[in-house]
Amino acid sequence: MTRRTASRQVPRLAVAVAVVTVMFFALPLVGMAWRTPWSSAVEYLTSDRTLTALRLSLWSSMWAAMLSVAFGTPLAWLLARVDFRGRNVVRALATLSMVLPPVVGGVALFFALGRRGLVGQYLDRWFDVQLPFTTTAVVIAQAFVAMPFFVVTVEAALHQLDPRHEDAARTLGASPWMIFFRVVLPAIKPAMTAGLVLAWARALGEFGATMTFAGNFPGTTQTLPLAVYLSLESNPEEALVQSMVLVAISLAVLIGLRDRWLTRPTVTSGSQT
Amino acid sequence: MAERFTTVAPDVDITFNFAGSSTLVAQLLEGAPADVVATADLVHMERLADASLLASRPAVFATNTAVIAVEKGNPFSVRTLADLARGDIKVVLCAPEVPCGTYARQILDKARVTLTPRSFEENVKAVVTKISLGEADAGIVYATDTASSAALDALDIDPALNIEAEYPVAVLKDATNGTAARAFIAFLASTEGRSILASHGFGTP
Repeated sequence: MTRRTASRQVPRLAVAVAVVTVMFFALPLVGMAWRTPWSSAVEYLTSDRTLTALRLSLWSSMWAAMLSVAFGTPLAWLLARVDFRGRNVVRALATLSMVLPPVVGGVALFFALGRRGLVGQYLDRWFDVQLPFTTTAVVIAQAFVAMPFFVVTVEAALHQLDPRHEDAARTLGASPWMIFFRVVLPAIKPAMTAGLVLAWARALGEFGATMTFAGNFPGTTQTLPLAVYLSLESNPEEALVQSMVLVAISLAVLIGLRDRWLTRPTVTSGSQT
Repeated sequence: MAERFTTVAPDVDITFNFAGSSTLVAQLLEGAPADVVATADLVHMERLADASLLASRPAVFATNTAVIAVEKGNPFSVRTLADLARGDIKVVLCAPEVPCGTYARQILDKARVTLTPRSFEENVKAVVTKISLGEADAGIVYATDTASSAALDALDIDPALNIEAEYPVAVLKDATNGTAARAFIAFLASTEGRSILASHGFGTP
């Protein structure tokens, strides 16, 4: 595209505003990079605390992402294909934690699944299971905030599928499960990947719900964002380095996703009409 | 405290920013505006002094001691610091980066108790919350925290092992209202100020 063509499509004022917007996003990152003590970075990066927190973060967010896929896919499928009473309420519930302040989510989980919680008290009394202070609690907190990202992405993709493919399969006698695995799944794979990666990234960055519900203990519940928060108070340089790790991972995720995030998922089906 | 101060100096509008000392120090070091600062130990105040942010020498205006906090009724029959190391109770402590965490560590070291808490909370209020809500069974907090919480019982710690937390207060160099700042600090040290502090469980120097 020649430069003349580009400016003809977007007026210069809009471009100017866009530049300001980019600076708005870039400035905090540039500020961080500017203050990061690159010479001592390696020392902080390889410290026990950072490595333990990173390992825990990666492990728990991976689990949270997988749970999001396992439990989110049926939900997305249901929301997209079945028009049932109260569907809007269910959809709102499922995506609530996306707009809820994470710490509120943590408080909610606490009062539901804590030792004296609505359900938690029975977990304690009947199964001697207490969730807070465990890594499981970390995964739960992360899944709680991350799953909606997956559900929303996949439901959108399902809505965009050409229903004729599924109809055709049905008239040919395929069962719903077969339709799902042979027709639907291959078509929404890009969206599922995008949703999975988004959910994973969200889980990785989760802080408020984790801190409130799971607690903070190195190796068990202290994820990297929690470590950053505590480091900030005693050793800001360490916090900066740890933060840059998270920034680097997030950037890698977003750059890797590129087109899938910004463009609409296309239906790639075996047969072309 | 603010209420009483406003009767003495009605023109002054006080806004409070409450947070853990580490958070406050971090904010001030990054340039947050304030007139007066008080911290829960001398170490944090020193960090501000080292950064040349103080306009006056810090003065200790209150003291505090630590206690073992348990849920009302002490359902786990905790008696001593050594009991905290029992495997069947869940203990939460403040993170070592914050004053109450350092104090807790000092006390446990003096008592030669090795203890692995379930969680290191970022400030003492979070510890209080977890115990009051029944999530944790015990913790080490300030005497004033148990005094103000109806859901907690306090167990005294042997004075030989206990710490005396000294709370310093100082005027900041970048204060916009230095006169009012000094007046407030003077009020804290006055008879009235001291009696308010005492009524909440603080010691006075």
